[in-house]
Amino acid sequence: MAVVIECKDVTYYYPLTEKPAVEDLNLKIESGKFYGVVGENGAGKTTFCALLRGFAPGFYKGELKGEVLVEGKKTIEYGGELSAKIGYVFQNPFTQISGVKDTVFEEVAYGLENFGVPVEEIERRVIEVMKMTDIEALAEKNPFDLSGGQMQRVALASVIVLEPDILIIDEPTSQLDPEGTESVFRIIKALKDRKKTIILVEHKIDLIAEYADEVLVFEKGHLIKSGDKEKILSDISLLDRGVSLPQVAILGAKLKEKGFPLRKIPVTEDQAVRMIRESLKEGKQDA
Amino acid sequence: MHDLILKNVSFSYPGGFLAVDDINMEIKAGENVAIVGQNGAGKTTTVKMMNGLLRPTKGDVLIGDMNTKDYTTAQVSRVVGYVFQNPDDQIFHSTVESEVRFGPKMMKLEPEEENSRVEEALKITGMDKYREENPYNLPLSTRKFVTIAAVIAMNTDVLIFDEPTAGQDMEGNKRLADILRILHKQGKTVITISHDMEFVSMNFDKVIVMAKKKIVRTGTPREIFWDMDALDKAMLKQPYVSRVCRALGIEGGVICIEDAINEIMSRENV
Repeated sequence: MAVVIECKDVTYYYPLTEKPAVEDLNLKIESGKFYGVVGENGAGKTTFCALLRGFAPGFYKGELKGEVLVEGKKTIEYGGELSAKIGYVFQNPFTQISGVKDTVFEEVAYGLENFGVPVEEIERRVIEVMKMTDIEALAEKNPFDLSGGQMQRVALASVIVLEPDILIIDEPTSQLDPEGTESVFRIIKALKDRKKTIILVEHKIDLIAEYADEVLVFEKGHLIKSGDKEKILSDISLLDRGVSLPQVAILGAKLKEKGFPLRKIPVTEDQAVRMIRESLKEGKQDA
Repeated sequence: MHDLILKNVSFSYPGGFLAVDDINMEIKAGENVAIVGQNGAGKTTTVKMMNGLLRPTKGDVLIGDMNTKDYTTAQVSRVVGYVFQNPDDQIFHSTVESEVRFGPKMMKLEPEEENSRVEEALKITGMDKYREENPYNLPLSTRKFVTIAAVIAMNTDVLIFDEPTAGQDMEGNKRLADILRILHKQGKTVITISHDMEFVSMNFDKVIVMAKKKIVRTGTPREIFWDMDALDKAMLKQPYVSRVCRALGIEGGVICIEDAINEIMSRENV
């Protein structure tokens, strides 16, 4: 698959800091894949996002060594047009809401207005996205009168509506209940099915295991692991490094430790059920 | 010590929106309770009535022998501490330490008592290393611990944590579990709202399920997480390992990894 973003020997310092927030980062992001970004708070995940969309160093200043390339061009050489390619959903929805619009409908339309999209098209796209993110009932409400969970959906909608090729989403479900969380993952999957490239920072590792293609693990400013989710999330040693792993992977590893015959360590619920069931059956046949 | 009792309590926001509809609840002094349910189920409104931030529009909220109707929020908040869902609604000092010190200072305690409370709260929450930091320089998930420390320093008998698990990493969740354990040992009543079913199944004795402004069921985690009806009503799911066991036909009330291992291993040896 085509590489859409590449980091080459990237080290980045925020202004007035002596320790880099991200160090020696080398990575290729391929088009149309869904990447889950995990690791402890403070490991550099949000800084990584800021680097990909040019906010570091473009907005935050600071010092960048190495190169971040989006479709082959350095982020520091882009102007505003990078924001049309990459959509970004903030960790804190409060930061994202513009504050200049009085209703959720207008808030979701705001980005398209700025891009000069014709009014009829704005209406069509806003309504479609509000349906998709299940916020139609909130259309007339003031964005700041919403609950944390509702605000997170509005923030997500106002970025999806721009239809960027690449979406970077920073912890979109922290305020959501389990059902709301799964619905956000289903929305993200629908975007992936539309060939979007997705980079998602998320602590809910069981859902990353379910939905993502690849996993990037950060620790203290370093990308310590990257690759296929099954390979990474079945690596039990990561638990000792502050990285959470799916419940079913921990279960699988502990079963294996006790001598239960599992072919490998499952990372999703389905895999766990299938593998444990097989082993239990085989055990019965042997006996 | 104070038992907490809600009697036929309803709450409507100004404008008439009914957020809590005729609920009854009893939490005994020293209990460690989780409240779960969807966004909008009425969880936050319910707990805000417990510390007097909101007054029931119908019914009574009793804390020991205090009816919150007859007391000011300031008086109630000396007995029931509330940690806001959004730390930014709570923090207003420029250093972590002064934020945590504010409560005890307002209570006009002896200086030694004030100091010891501040130090203990900072230590329990792991915030001692950030004492000189501006809370807003800390990530949101860490900032939450500043607000928890500020409420712990008030030394109230009852503490309410509103979604402390939101945005926490593994380390943050561990620290929260430790804090809950310490407070429980001290005999405090702790009420926690959470969306993290794994966290709830492992850290609480009692779970209250809310849905659509009402209480669906109260029980132990083992009872709640195998009551499919209650979970469906509240749009909640079992913990992951319970789901795996259920799919395997193991219905032994599994709610954690250790349970699951025992059940699965015992079937292998049959």
